[in-house]
Amino acid sequence: MAAIDLAGVKKTYPGNVTAIHPLDLNIADGELLVLVGPSGCGKSTLLRMIAGLETVTEGEVMIGGGPVNKREPAERDIAMVFQNYALYPHMSVRGNLEYGLKNRGTPRAEIDARVEEAARILEIGPFLERKPRQLSGGQRQRVAMGRAIVRHPKAFLFDEPLSNLDAKLRGQMRVEIKRLQRSLNTTSVYVTHDQLEAMTLADRVVVMNAGRIEQIGKPTEVYERPASLFVAGFVGSPPMNLFGTDELKTEAGGSLPESIGANTGTIGIRPDAVTLSANGNPAIAVTGTIELIEPVGGESHVYLRLPKTDRVMILVVRGHEGVSLAADLTVHLPVGALHQFDAGTGRRID
Amino acid sequence: MVENRPWLTFFSHAILILGVLAVAFPVYLAFIASTHPQNAFISGLVPLLPGDRMIENYGTMLDAGISTSGAPPLGVMMWNSLVMALSIAIGKIIISILSAFAIVYFRFPFRLLAFWAIFITLMLPVEVRILPTFKVVADLGLLNSYAGLSIPLIASATATFLFRQFFITVPDELTEAARVDGAGPMKFFRDILLPLSRTNIAALFVILFIYGWNQYLWPLLITTDESYYTIVMGIKRMVQVADSQPNWNFVMATVTLAMLPPVLVVILMQRLFVKGLVETEK
Amino acid sequence: MQTKRVVFSNRGLPYALLAPQLAITFVFFLWPAGQAIWQSFLREDAFGLKTSFVGVENYLRLLREPDYLNSLSVTGVFAVSTTVLSMGLALLLAAAADRMIRSRDAYTTLLVWPYAVAPAVAGVLWWFMFNPTIGIMSYLLEQLGYDWNHRLSGTDAMIMVVIVAAWKQISYNFLFFLAGLQSIPHSLSEAAAIDGAGPVKRFFTVVLPLLSPTTFFLMVVNIVYAMFDTFGIIHATTEGGPSQATNILVYKVFEDGFIGLNLGSSAAQSVILMVIVIGLTVIQFRFVERRVAY
Ligand SMILES: Nc1ncnc2c1ncn2[C@@H]1O[C@H](COP(=O)(O)OP(=O)(O)O)[C@@H](O)[C@H]1O
Ligand SMILES: [Mg+2]
Repeated sequence: MAAIDLAGVKKTYPGNVTAIHPLDLNIADGELLVLVGPSGCGKSTLLRMIAGLETVTEGEVMIGGGPVNKREPAERDIAMVFQNYALYPHMSVRGNLEYGLKNRGTPRAEIDARVEEAARILEIGPFLERKPRQLSGGQRQRVAMGRAIVRHPKAFLFDEPLSNLDAKLRGQMRVEIKRLQRSLNTTSVYVTHDQLEAMTLADRVVVMNAGRIEQIGKPTEVYERPASLFVAGFVGSPPMNLFGTDELKTEAGGSLPESIGANTGTIGIRPDAVTLSANGNPAIAVTGTIELIEPVGGESHVYLRLPKTDRVMILVVRGHEGVSLAADLTVHLPVGALHQFDAGTGRRID
Repeated sequence: MVENRPWLTFFSHAILILGVLAVAFPVYLAFIASTHPQNAFISGLVPLLPGDRMIENYGTMLDAGISTSGAPPLGVMMWNSLVMALSIAIGKIIISILSAFAIVYFRFPFRLLAFWAIFITLMLPVEVRILPTFKVVADLGLLNSYAGLSIPLIASATATFLFRQFFITVPDELTEAARVDGAGPMKFFRDILLPLSRTNIAALFVILFIYGWNQYLWPLLITTDESYYTIVMGIKRMVQVADSQPNWNFVMATVTLAMLPPVLVVILMQRLFVKGLVETEK
Repeated sequence: MQTKRVVFSNRGLPYALLAPQLAITFVFFLWPAGQAIWQSFLREDAFGLKTSFVGVENYLRLLREPDYLNSLSVTGVFAVSTTVLSMGLALLLAAAADRMIRSRDAYTTLLVWPYAVAPAVAGVLWWFMFNPTIGIMSYLLEQLGYDWNHRLSGTDAMIMVVIVAAWKQISYNFLFFLAGLQSIPHSLSEAAAIDGAGPVKRFFTVVLPLLSPTTFFLMVVNIVYAMFDTFGIIHATTEGGPSQATNILVYKVFEDGFIGLNLGSSAAQSVILMVIVIGLTVIQFRFVERRVAY
């Protein structure tokens, strides 16, 4: 077990594609850190540099305090779980689990004990002699995890390990990964493009965009205080409503509360923060026409078309709470729940 | 699709049966001829039904040969053919899989040049460079040797491309997983790539075995010592007896034995054969 | 050129891995090919004592030599006839087999094995059947009133070698045609059937056009086969005769070089053949590219 530190790490691919702009990142011992961002933002590249599968163009990667830039992946004592699992198709499950240990010259008795242990933890004991193609997707995923944990590595690196599973299984495995990481207490870096997965799993989330870090923080922090316009739009589902200051002013009837600063270019509000009554708190009231109601279990997502700017606002209401299609509706945006972003930089203003 | 056209089905069967007969008939006739005595071929029509000399004819050919035609016993020629076919098939597979591995899994100066050098061999069949190649082999002292029979034929662009094509389809993650698991290039090659290539190797082996066994021009050029004759080229020596009709029964026994191994390979390993044929053309 | 995202970083290893292949390629392919090109510009005197550089003289002579021009046209006739005959029969058989469900595999097995018969052996098989005195084919033709003799008649000899070459190649063409036919979605034939096209019409208006990539590919392969892989057939049977009627280019280059010992001419012929193979290979590869791009 070990901390992982990145100092000024940069990656430029041949052809002058800069996938990662110089960045610093410190991952604490035993932490589960999730890298999240849209496809192509450089998450895998960053993870693969930690693994030693990509060279580092600039900067230093350290695992357990020591620099590892020049070390082969195998010498870094990390284990990796791939999106497509990358199980060796011609080896049995047992063979897959044993391969890395054998290559390290681990004694036979030790190998058997570790395979036994992994099989018990992941409940794959019954399939040990099967080939990967004889397993279901979920079982393969477990074997891929097993291959990582038998190694007792300093760190686990996951690259979208659940993307190939159906939604239900994904939910189950998410819980299991979290439990496993807690009980083994092994430093883990987990890459996903799914913000929900990131929010539910992470000790800390790193939101990335176009090769840069937008925000690092606890899931609640990232959700409640998005550091930039990008994070605000990326995290949360349904997504945060974002309006230009002028747009909101128009809809609000020409004036905005004083707390909206001069530099504010964009104002955001989470759909679940929009209320049907002001309840006496300071709020901005806007009126629109209900265009669509999406019932999702106990609550509904209501799409409100605002007439003056022709923008759509999404709000979450409990049950169907007195909303009906095509009706006009006035909603309140509590001033305390507004997020403000700088007109020039897109950074959060508090 | 529900289609009820009995006459069309009948017609199709008729065509196929005719085809099968046309394909098989020459071979049938050859086999029949090999079971008759010498004097069955002096005049008139060839025999169409089996004779009673099969054992004697094959026995004579296998361990004695026909002294007059200067051909060694068939046993020797078949052995030579087998050695040649196996050396070519195995040799080609080994050197191609290694070079494909180098080309796909490494980046190094002159990689493209190496690729093109190999590619070019595709355009240089023996037939178009007969004389100079013969001279090289002669200068190296490889005439009348197994090495001379096989080594010049084991460079193969086709096999290299087949493996290259296959390696490209092997997921990168598998290589990465192996690296994380502590496998260096040769260990990865031996533990992962080679086992995954098993079917391709087998399919290629079938095609290359046939290719090697059926070589004609090359052994014709470089063997003058009859103890290195292969059976396919040996037939020519037998039919070439000056001024007289060949001993058809013996020639046809030779022909039958020359066909037997590769034909058996195709029939017994049809799946691999078809795969090999289709894959090498990609 | 395509490679892996991950590559191993060893310096010397790739060269070591390539060494055997490159060594053999250089010694037995590139060097001799270079020699052939070089020699094609040289001429030896009658005693083989002196060689002199003669530029393109060997090529010019070749193009004036009636035997060579004859060989060119013989090769053309041979290659085209073999290709047409073999592909035509194979397509017929493949179309018939494609209709079969239960018996398809059995027919395939019974039709593919001639691929394994060496060209020279195939030659001897048919040579025996066409033997003017005792052969069954010549006997049957005689019953029909045709006096077959490939030892005297150039046409007869050409017909014989074309039959042999086509016979041997049918299995190959059959396999590829059958695979091509099976890859055509059934829904297309069904749609045409609903549109009222009968099986024959469907074959010509739907199946055949969709099969054209396979057909084109096989055409190139068959021409290459007929030009370069049939040496054994000619050598084992007609030896180019009677009077040059079946003297195809690859046989002539062997004859002039090995028997006639005319090095300059043989080398020039080799070079011309190389150019032909390169041309055909380029056509084939461009086509393959297009097939991939589809
Ligand atoms: N081997 C490579 N060569 C060149 N560019 C690459 C390579 N791998 C990734 N990239 C580019 O780097 C960027 C980041 O890729 P990646 O790290 O895979 O993104 P993510 O995992 O976040 O989807 C992308 O723009 C991608 O096109
Ligand atoms: Mg990725």
